[in-house]
Amino acid sequence: MTDRAPVIMIDGDLPTAASRAGTGRRAPAAGPGRVPLALALPAAAGLAFLVLPLVGLLARTPWSQLPARLAAPGVVDALRLSLVTATAATAVSVVLGVPLAWVLARRTFPGRRLVRALVTLPLVLPPVVGGVALLLVFGRRGLLGGWLASTFGVTVPFSTTAVVLAETFVAMPFLVISVEGALRAADARYEEAAATLGATPWTAFRRVTLPLVTPGLVAGAVLCWARALGEFGATITFAGNFPGRTQTMPLAVYLALESDPAAAIVLSLLLLAVSVAILAGLRERWISTP
Amino acid sequence: MRPDGPHTLLDAHLVASRGGFHLDVTLTAAAGEVVALLGPNGAGKSTALRVLAGLHPLDAGHLNLGGAALSGVPAHARPVGVVFQDYLLFPHLSALDNVAFGPRCRGLGRAEARRVAAGWLDRMGLTAQARAKPRHLSGGQAQRVALARALAAAPALLLLDEPLAALDARTRLDTRAHLRRHLADHPGVTILVTHDPVDAMILADRIVIIEQGRVVQAGDAATVTRQPRTDYVARLVGLNLYRGRGSGHTVTLAGGLTLTTADVVDGEVFVAFPPAAVALYPQRPAGSPRNTWPATVDGVERHGDHIRVHLTGPADTAADVTPAAATELDLTVGRQLWAAVKAAETRAYPAAG
Amino acid sequence: MRHLRTGTVAGAVALVLTGAGCAEHRATGSASQPTGSVTVLAAASLTESFTRIGKDFERAHPGVHVTFSFGGSSTLAQQITAGAPADVFASASPSTMKQVTDTGLAARTPSVFTRNQLVIAVPKGNPKRITGLADLAAPGVKVALCAPAVPCGAAAGTVLDAAHVTLTPVTLEQDVKAALTKVRLGEVDAALVYRTDARAVASQVDGVEFAQSASAVNDYLVVALRNSPNPTGAEAFADYVRSAAAEAVLTGAGFQRP
Repeated sequence: MTDRAPVIMIDGDLPTAASRAGTGRRAPAAGPGRVPLALALPAAAGLAFLVLPLVGLLARTPWSQLPARLAAPGVVDALRLSLVTATAATAVSVVLGVPLAWVLARRTFPGRRLVRALVTLPLVLPPVVGGVALLLVFGRRGLLGGWLASTFGVTVPFSTTAVVLAETFVAMPFLVISVEGALRAADARYEEAAATLGATPWTAFRRVTLPLVTPGLVAGAVLCWARALGEFGATITFAGNFPGRTQTMPLAVYLALESDPAAAIVLSLLLLAVSVAILAGLRERWISTP
Repeated sequence: MRPDGPHTLLDAHLVASRGGFHLDVTLTAAAGEVVALLGPNGAGKSTALRVLAGLHPLDAGHLNLGGAALSGVPAHARPVGVVFQDYLLFPHLSALDNVAFGPRCRGLGRAEARRVAAGWLDRMGLTAQARAKPRHLSGGQAQRVALARALAAAPALLLLDEPLAALDARTRLDTRAHLRRHLADHPGVTILVTHDPVDAMILADRIVIIEQGRVVQAGDAATVTRQPRTDYVARLVGLNLYRGRGSGHTVTLAGGLTLTTADVVDGEVFVAFPPAAVALYPQRPAGSPRNTWPATVDGVERHGDHIRVHLTGPADTAADVTPAAATELDLTVGRQLWAAVKAAETRAYPAAG
Repeated sequence: MRHLRTGTVAGAVALVLTGAGCAEHRATGSASQPTGSVTVLAAASLTESFTRIGKDFERAHPGVHVTFSFGGSSTLAQQITAGAPADVFASASPSTMKQVTDTGLAARTPSVFTRNQLVIAVPKGNPKRITGLADLAAPGVKVALCAPAVPCGAAAGTVLDAAHVTLTPVTLEQDVKAALTKVRLGEVDAALVYRTDARAVASQVDGVEFAQSASAVNDYLVVALRNSPNPTGAEAFADYVRSAAAEAVLTGAGFQRP
């Protein structure tokens, strides 16, 4: 070895939503090259900090019992419920969150700062508190729940719908923030150009704005989905815990931890494996650089 | 000169504010006419264009196009097409789909809109680029796609914002000629915003000059070039311009200098003459019928194949001399010279109206 | 902390004084009188009673400071086996205590110091007129139980079996307090919780006693921990928990004599 400093190669970095938001300008592409030591050391430490707990999980996994554990009753139910509810919560977040992000990014109105702060509130609110708050709204004696029950005979808590609501509450801010950032980075004059071509604001949004922010939207939806998948506190408080109906993987993991830590590790591992597989697949399709 | 009566298609009095800036401009144009809005940066040209397009609200005044009032009509409902300075071609759509966007929004089906768009691209000589995404188009091609996109929606009013500014000099020449052909074919009104007098003169039938949100002069290219009414216009068209008081064949300038003119004038007048009409001498030329005055060299710059000399004195003047003459005159800053202009080379015209 | 040299900087001296004081108490803790601080990990259902018992203990032994960490028994057991520094463990079930004794972390054999049993917690006034376990299976009655994996859930299973009642709860909560919360919020009509938990929120919840509760009596065990930094304090507190004074506090809260 000569006197060269250690060289670390980093390839195919994930582009940020903003740099690909269709402004026509592009950030310089990531490429191979020397990483300064002052960045390499903390980067390596950060990576180790994030990865080591995973290593700990893998080290404690009872590999020999794995097939039997995975075949245990309820495991598949919990996984299926987790995937279904996280996907539904992401869909709800997209339908409600994208218009919200557009309003925040494109319109000025009194109290916009306050609205933005309120949107990010679920990020700082302990999820358990979020669950209680949802009960106070949708519960039997809640602000809306009482009316829903008396008018339609619908009770939300302890249902799969409640799981979706809890996950949406906690995960939607990730989508809104991501899409709003992408919208801010995208040139609003494209919408003006569309208007001069006869596009109504809705057409301009659908045919111009949305395609421009697609990378940001996908990134936000992925974050949202991942957050929904891992949701625990708001779910167990608002939706309760019942196998097949409201017991998602994180709830199953938590309860397994009470009685059978090895089972909890297996469940966690399964959740991780499935989500990593899905995220990697999505990234291949949507997020990676062409 | 002004179109009016049944031929007037555009009749606008645009009053708008943007930041601390105030725009108050009257604009009329006949069908088929190309009007250039010419002015320095920040004069309000772009604001005027945005108001016409419906992208900026009209505070007062009126905006009629073909007899219909447009103020209050949202941008997407106006029969207006815009070619933006940086084109703003939708990056996710091919050239064809960019051009088809307008027809689609105006209610055509996808196939029909594409057929119309293909026709426009063909007219622009861009059939080969139909499937290309904007980032793969050259500057000149992108400009033509932008023009096709604006025209494909068949606007009654076509707005062009500095259509050639983003192009390099070589492409600019070709594109300008191309643009001129298409603007001549456009049956509606074309308003062209530019700060380049050459673009204005070549592309427009009529020039409206805007400074600080007001119209300072309007007319055909020949009139504006011959009789500038502000320093900005005079500089644009390369004339020395002075304001003074006329009496018969003499005009007394504000600085006290008296010039003899070929035109007979009275009252407040402008006097203009080109820099090439100014002759420079080391000493006062004797026994000449010319206007002469002492002048000090303030700056020297190369200007094409001649030298432009900036002079101070009773009248600030630009003079063009040959490189040979420049060497002979020893043109260093601060050098005292005499300037002379023949009366026949001056033009004098009333300042009012 | 034990190897402090004479302080040279005033600030440093002030800073270490508290720590040094603590170390000193522990160093002299080998005497028969307990001193210093005692850290107690106790089951969540003991929160109210142990807080009072701790104050009484401090009053009886001036100079001793008791610190509590309340939580689910199994969580606390895992913390102890993972090496959490603690002096005393009070668990709500023999099985969770067994995790600690199995790893050899108990200083002696744990002893049962109190018992708890289930009641049916219903919203104040008992709107659904629930009088026994059979009423819980009625249509339209929403019931919250603890998950079978946690002690109150196991106990609930036992009493329901004993009563030959089969019911489908709307939720299986992760601990007894969570089940009780669902009653307090009015989201369920009833929950099987410990009598002590229901009594702690008597202003919002009524506890309905039922005969079969005797079939699932929950034993609470206490033990001093082997790796205790303060063995004398630990033993003293574990003894005090079994005293008549502590028993009075516990029975006052709804616990039963062992």
